[in-house]
Amino acid sequence: MKILVPVKRVVDYNVKVRVKPDNSDVDLANVKMDMNPFCEIAVEEAVRLKEQGTATEIVVVSIGEAKAEEQIRKAMALGADRGILITTDEAPSSLGVAKLLKAIVDEEQPGLVLLGKQSIDSDNNQTGQMLAALTGMAQGTFASQLLIDGDKAQVTREIDGGLQTLSLNLPAIITTDLRLNEPRYAKLPDIMKAKRKPLDKKTAADYGVTLSNSVKVLSVEPPAERKGGITVGSVAELVDKLKNEAKVLS
Amino acid sequence: MSILIIAEHDNASLAPVTSHVVTAAAKIGGDIDVLVAGSGAQSVADEAAKLSGVNKVLFADDAAYSHQLAENLADLVAELGKSYSHILAPATTNGKNMMPRLAALLDVEQISDILSVESADTFKRPIYAGNAIATVQSSDSIKVITVRGTAFDACELNGSASVEAVTGGHDKGISAFVGEDLAKSDRPELTAARIVVSGGRGMQNGDNFKLLYTLADKLDAAVGASRAAVDAGFVPNDMQVGQTGKIVAPELYIAVGISGQIQHLAGMKDSKVIVAINKDEDAPIFQVADYGLVADLFDALPEFEKAL
Repeated sequence: MKILVPVKRVVDYNVKVRVKPDNSDVDLANVKMDMNPFCEIAVEEAVRLKEQGTATEIVVVSIGEAKAEEQIRKAMALGADRGILITTDEAPSSLGVAKLLKAIVDEEQPGLVLLGKQSIDSDNNQTGQMLAALTGMAQGTFASQLLIDGDKAQVTREIDGGLQTLSLNLPAIITTDLRLNEPRYAKLPDIMKAKRKPLDKKTAADYGVTLSNSVKVLSVEPPAERKGGITVGSVAELVDKLKNEAKVLS
Repeated sequence: MSILIIAEHDNASLAPVTSHVVTAAAKIGGDIDVLVAGSGAQSVADEAAKLSGVNKVLFADDAAYSHQLAENLADLVAELGKSYSHILAPATTNGKNMMPRLAALLDVEQISDILSVESADTFKRPIYAGNAIATVQSSDSIKVITVRGTAFDACELNGSASVEAVTGGHDKGISAFVGEDLAKSDRPELTAARIVVSGGRGMQNGDNFKLLYTLADKLDAAVGASRAAVDAGFVPNDMQVGQTGKIVAPELYIAVGISGQIQHLAGMKDSKVIVAINKDEDAPIFQVADYGLVADLFDALPEFEKAL
């Protein structure tokens, strides 16, 4: 089975971003970038399926700026076999990405598409579900466990009340949650080897997809700051403050 | 303008978060209809009819909708939703699962997790784990939106909308429910509780969470956890508060043994009053806390409980 893994280049998860003074966007100049953590979990899951003999080939794709090649190479160092980089002039919308991925699915005919459930920059949590709609496939979102059994995928999902297990016809779209696996680190020889793995460089136009975004960002502001709090010296003082100052306990 | 709200429910009762979405819809303005799609969910439809400001309840009762499978539900809503200007659902795991699928079927973008309604086409939403708030404007003919329940008040429950059955029950046949493992608790639901007590890695193990349960029961509070505590296996995933877990905004949030990573803060910093108990005085949680107590939680928790 071929597995397609779309990955996104985003700000490193440890970075606390700041809003630009003109409120046009966040300031990402000289900020450390990395693969979106949920995408890393998707790559890891694909690699494990290949190690188990379920998957035969892992194709990783990234859409965005040319520098996203770094994230594709990282996925290759972790075990992906080849890559597709689609460069775009502007950051594409979720639906735009889903349309490009649909074109790639049509071309590659994967048995499974594994994606992160959300990117930690736009926090949208949309692309996998949109791709599922466009391809007419079943979707297993927020997966914490994935079992492939013949032409079905059994996926356990993290839902508000606990866990839910679904059986999906393959090919299917799976989006990863945090507990699906713990991604490995790339080894140096694998990082060197990844540099020689095949990478196709494309543009959106190559797939006949016109990117547009019907949702315009008017402004970006920092969130309301919390007023500085106080340190209390004892539990008794804490309870007193909660009862008599904050009045949240009676 | 006309708005369709997708009701959140478990076939037996309507989840309170739906009433918060009605308030968001009222801010957009226009006729508000609510879709209850479920199986044997008549009581939910009856409850939804009481939501104030709702014009009509559309009731799709079919086995295909019994577990809110996105494949079946999105097809139904795409069909029903064509005549509406806005389709809203709470940003619950059900809403997050189905709404983007619906949006793609309608060939529109989806706007996730709105915090406010600025106008009928302009909304605020958090990005970068809530470290920035974007104001976005949509030019789509149908606006598909998920709503952060804690950002809007609940609506009143003195309405008397009509309930209209809709047909079109169709099982797409590509996905099936196998089973579920739902947490059973007598405590209030995390996202709706007035007080939330949360534990982190500092709790050391799952057994020690009993200290939090005892305190929570005394306060009629819900119990949450940081990602670190969930990843370490202390407690199940449905207790996680944070960027990718549950978003809470109670009147009182008590963080115990939680360091305060930005991903956790994203899930709780809109709480009215925040208390942090941690023995590390440099823990970032103290920067957002209204009341910080530098203490060993194993001393502080029993003392706290006794003082109530």
